[in-house]
Amino acid sequence: MSLNVSNLTVHHGAICAVNQVSLAVPTGKLAAIIGANGAGKTTLLRALSGLNHPTHGSIMWKGEKIVGLKPETLVRRGISHVSEGKSVIPELTVRENLELGAIWRRNAKESKESINDVVSIFPRLGERLQQRADTLSGGERQMLAIGRAIMSKPQLLLLDEPSLGLAPLVIEQIFQTIRDLTTSMNLTVLLVEQNAMGALKIADLGIVLNLGKVVAMNHAQVLIDDPAVRAAYLGY
Amino acid sequence: MHKLLETVLIGISTGSIYALMSIALVLVWRSTRVVNFAQAGQAMLSTYIGFEIASRTELFWLGLAAAIAAGALLGAGVDFFFMRVLFKHAVSGAAAVVAPVIATLGLLGIIRSIVGLIWGGEFKSIKAPASTDGFTIGETTIPFSALNLLVIGTVFSILIVLALVFQRTNLGLSLRASAYAPEIAQLAGIKTARIRTIGWAIAGGVGGVAGMLVTSNNFLSPYSLDLLLVFGFIAAVIGGLESMVGSVVGALILGIALTFILNYVGTSLVFIGGFLVLIVVLLVKPDGIMAKGRARRA
Amino acid sequence: MESWRKAGRVVRKKIALFIFLGWILLLIGDRVDELRVYQGAQIAMYTIALASIVLLTGYSGQVSLGNGAMMAVGGYAAALTLNNLGSPVWFAFVMAIVAAALFGAFLGTAAARLSGPYLAGTTLALAVGLPEIANQFDFLGGVPGLLFDVGFPPERLGEEFTQYKWFFWIATSLALLSLFITSNILQSRYGRTWRAIRSSPLAAELSGINSSRMKILAFTISSALAGLAGAVMAMTISLVTPGAYTLTLSFALVTGAVLAGVSSLPGVVLGALILVVIPEIADVVANRFGGGENLNNYLPTLIVSVLLILSVIFTPNGPGEKLRRHHHKKKA
Repeated sequence: MSLNVSNLTVHHGAICAVNQVSLAVPTGKLAAIIGANGAGKTTLLRALSGLNHPTHGSIMWKGEKIVGLKPETLVRRGISHVSEGKSVIPELTVRENLELGAIWRRNAKESKESINDVVSIFPRLGERLQQRADTLSGGERQMLAIGRAIMSKPQLLLLDEPSLGLAPLVIEQIFQTIRDLTTSMNLTVLLVEQNAMGALKIADLGIVLNLGKVVAMNHAQVLIDDPAVRAAYLGY
Repeated sequence: MHKLLETVLIGISTGSIYALMSIALVLVWRSTRVVNFAQAGQAMLSTYIGFEIASRTELFWLGLAAAIAAGALLGAGVDFFFMRVLFKHAVSGAAAVVAPVIATLGLLGIIRSIVGLIWGGEFKSIKAPASTDGFTIGETTIPFSALNLLVIGTVFSILIVLALVFQRTNLGLSLRASAYAPEIAQLAGIKTARIRTIGWAIAGGVGGVAGMLVTSNNFLSPYSLDLLLVFGFIAAVIGGLESMVGSVVGALILGIALTFILNYVGTSLVFIGGFLVLIVVLLVKPDGIMAKGRARRA
Repeated sequence: MESWRKAGRVVRKKIALFIFLGWILLLIGDRVDELRVYQGAQIAMYTIALASIVLLTGYSGQVSLGNGAMMAVGGYAAALTLNNLGSPVWFAFVMAIVAAALFGAFLGTAAARLSGPYLAGTTLALAVGLPEIANQFDFLGGVPGLLFDVGFPPERLGEEFTQYKWFFWIATSLALLSLFITSNILQSRYGRTWRAIRSSPLAAELSGINSSRMKILAFTISSALAGLAGAVMAMTISLVTPGAYTLTLSFALVTGAVLAGVSSLPGVVLGALILVVIPEIADVVANRFGGGENLNNYLPTLIVSVLLILSVIFTPNGPGEKLRRHHHKKKA
């Protein structure tokens, strides 16, 4: 188990957004985290990447405690977080957005190679390297955001609602790419999604959050087949 | 015809100094969303230090180097000790609007009084590094001197260096990213706090240059840089606080406009002229002349 | 109907309170020496000026460094009216208010779309630029300025009634009147609307509040107060010059307001007291350290600035806030 979360509690002011959540994700597996709006999914990711500080509980990553560490530090330990809706800096070019992800590694040659890798995964970005990021379509921005996260050569990838606002075809592409990346880069992935079906279909593991608590955690296929989950989140 | 040419040239020379100050203000604004009124104080203190070195060694350039170093240290120091404390005690209620502005004003007051306590209020002067005699072309002398040329040259060199740093280096990319979107920059692994301090140090150093250049043609007193602050700010606003290129353009426009008022209208109306230029720009183009129509928010 | 009667009672209580205060102050004025009486007049002047800041910044949330300039407008308007129109003194004060209010309306209109540092910087530019205009035009008296002589106290007050006491009476009456009116305005729906705009501009707009108009109104009233304060200041020094209305004055006003609680009207008296007392304390401290010109000139500013920063960091809403919180904690 490379990621181990234990009794994690995170508050938003007086509101308890994440309530004693415990979960474990094995290395190289993709866990889909689904739940209604306000279930605490985003807050959970933010606690994992260091943006929010939990009030109680612990997070173990690769055998080390990481609660209380700053986001910049966690990036250096292999955690990359693509936050909801705004993980791209519009005023910078596509290339600059990508380079941003690799600055901390201080290796210009590696950075260039990584950009080439990203471009081979997302060819459309390659066509637009010199353009400002605010000229990109929604789908392209999401690709850029994921690309930037990959530039840091992460081992844990946290994705917050990558399908938000995208057309169905594009969503399919992105989900497929995420699945491919998980396998090819041996990533551990936490995929938070409102698009529960799409997420569970590519996932190994499924976690259902409701009002800050884990209400179900199982193999993804089991959850897909579960009538209660179906009724609540899969729409049939 | 002469007067027109002189006015424009002098305007460019004065404007280029305002450009330095306004760049420093924009730099800090972009990275911390605070307009640091104390930058005038930092520039002033750096200039006094530069003055000390310059008068003891009789070398202007050494004084300038000292001013830059002092400015950078001051800038980093203010960010590190002052701004971080301020943000930790983040404020709510009626004072939230007021607090950052007031705090930097208070800092300005402290720096000013310390300078006054140490050096006193009499005017000091720094020996200019170039002749202040106007150039003679044929039989006429225009009030544009070698010093003016030097000022323009220095300022534009600095601008070019800054532009290169910002656009072509990793440091520049980190600075821009931390200013546009600090959270995203953090998630990309950038140590935003450190980067911000560096940004403030650069702004401080630039302010030191501005102070030294302004003083080389004028007198130095604990109040002499207030105008630099006001005009630097106006220039930054004209250009739209978000854009450094804009603030340079704004500064040049302001410099020329003010010199016009100086030469054609009267000395004492220069300051209110600056104010009027500001109001006109804010009424006509509230986002600054470079902006693309975004709402002007604080 | 109940609420009307209640409101009437509250107002009557307030009037009684203010009359009582006025009476006390008069008694005090009789018993202290000239210097204190003079300082009393200064405190009254600052009280009016700080009230203008509380309204503008504390309530409507607009940070303006230009109230010193508005004081200049008031002072000059009063002097010009008195000298050129030969009018009675009270009319000069009225003109000060009117002129400053007009300027304030104009400034407010220009500034209505600004906020935060944009507003601060713009008003900073005004504060630096406006007083200098006097240097340009002769009828404004240039650098030496214009005289503002309110004349001797009326004879029926007796021979013992000194000039400074007269100043003190006028200044204090005006201050009490201003505080009364201002406190009524602040407690009315105008005050509530301003606070709504300050704490949540978007919500206010969505509730149908015309923010721009309210902001301009705040500027107008605030400038009127500042103008009155400027005329009172002119009275106490018998002079209006550009040098009396510097940028430092504007800073001092904002400082005084923040120190005492920028949204607290009662606090302005404390703030005014601080502004008048600090230079004295600074003098004492300076002399303890052997005096010297530098010390005298710059120590007051240093003390005030340090106090300002400390208060912004630790008691940003004025010392009253900490006390109120403590009181609440005890209750709970």
